[in-house]
Amino acid sequence: MIPKIRIRGLKKAFGSKIVLDGVDLDVMPGTAMVVIGGSGTGKSVLIKSILGLVTPDAGVIEIDGEDVLKASPRRARELRGQIGMLFQNGALFDSLPVWENVAFGLLAEKKIRRGQARAKAIDVLAQVGLADNVADLSPAALSGGMQKRVALARAIASEPAIMFFDEPTTGLDPIMGAVIDELIVDCVKRLGSTSIAITHDMASAVRIGDTAAMLYEGRIAWTGPAAGLLTSDNPVVDQFTHGRSAGPIKMALRR
Amino acid sequence: MNAILGLVAAIGAAVLDAVALVGALTMFGVSGLSHIFRPPFYPRLVGRSLMEIGYFSLPVVALTALFTGMVLALQSYTGFSRFNAESAIASVVVLSVTRELGPVLAGLMVSGRAGAAMAAELGTMRVTDQIDALSTLSTDPMKYLVAPRLLAGIIALPLLVAIADILGVLGGFLVATLRLGFNPSTYLINTFANLRVDDVMSGLIKACVFGFVISLMGCFNGYRSRGGAQGVGAATTSAVVAASILILALDYVLTQVLFIK
Repeated sequence: MIPKIRIRGLKKAFGSKIVLDGVDLDVMPGTAMVVIGGSGTGKSVLIKSILGLVTPDAGVIEIDGEDVLKASPRRARELRGQIGMLFQNGALFDSLPVWENVAFGLLAEKKIRRGQARAKAIDVLAQVGLADNVADLSPAALSGGMQKRVALARAIASEPAIMFFDEPTTGLDPIMGAVIDELIVDCVKRLGSTSIAITHDMASAVRIGDTAAMLYEGRIAWTGPAAGLLTSDNPVVDQFTHGRSAGPIKMALRR
Repeated sequence: MNAILGLVAAIGAAVLDAVALVGALTMFGVSGLSHIFRPPFYPRLVGRSLMEIGYFSLPVVALTALFTGMVLALQSYTGFSRFNAESAIASVVVLSVTRELGPVLAGLMVSGRAGAAMAAELGTMRVTDQIDALSTLSTDPMKYLVAPRLLAGIIALPLLVAIADILGVLGGFLVATLRLGFNPSTYLINTFANLRVDDVMSGLIKACVFGFVISLMGCFNGYRSRGGAQGVGAATTSAVVAASILILALDYVLTQVLFIK
């Protein structure tokens, strides 16, 4: 079976700092992969490279077997057009009301007329547990958890074949984090999407992932089932998932 | 020897940075302009930017123009009365306002108000990932954020300057007739006697260019801002300073092109 996303030898450096140093990763269709790793190890750079927001220095990024880095700009846009993204801080457009945020992608792709967009947005908001009375509010008027739900609604509104989640539970309390995780799992399963989530939150990783990968020193240090993250027997993964200061991962501390 | 090499290297690095910046600004401007003419178009966003740049800048531009015309009449009188040349005051006011002061002062005022707001808005969108989010929602940020603001700047500034011209002349008229005792009809006849269409048009052409420069610097600095609140603040400052300097420099260039034959 052709992986939905296939990455080979992906490299990216910012000046002298090497962030990705030959990442290889396969994400099979309909599966949910969780990428874990310390702060600054390149998790966000990895998904931004796939999205085309960062240009890699070398490597291959295939979506449905086609290399997006070698495709024409139009074809690359088409391939990446099937990706929905939930940003870490929501990245909601604060100049637009909630419903316009949710329907933004549909309006941009002209899949829907403006008159129908509000009704569609309210329908999608209901799927993430938000009532229609939030539709006309400004994103700034919402709590962090509600903003995350709106951002999730925006990401799923176009029913994307691929979904990326950048630290979906960061900044939320444990209960709201679990609620968001449930919504993510529900949306991904219902849409039959392939997903990649990056997170530091081990409970969240186990909840939303089928498979997991650990990014360390610019490469994938371990892959396996997400359920086995806490019992991997890999010293790097063990240190990270159990939050131990002693182990192979040396934090860049200056004393 | 090492000190000399270090100095040369530092100068070289600064020159390369400056060339890279000019290149990036040129590419940004050309790309933004080209998106004005290529679909999809965003008329609602152009309208919103017109309100931001034009309508909401109207009070500050109007007050600036009115008081400038008043001061100009007063200063001209104190100077010209020494040579019995008071009759030239009306012409001095109208030519100064339409050719120079209208477009330059309106440009500087709009730069401080709307240019800064543009840089702050786009800078905040950049550091909160909203510009990246646009890209993931099948929307080109250059087309959605930059092109409407460039177009609105090019349209709004001439309209503001036309109003500033009228108010500047009105300011001069009020001071001349109410404070200095000029005959109102004589003052108006003198005002229009030496005014040509070219004088007004040159000011409006300058305004188009200044409007483009204000929007360009606001968008360019905001779009490239980095590093959170401090980066947004720096982008805002850079946008206003760069636009102000460019307005004054381009004013000289345009005057040279438009009037020196």
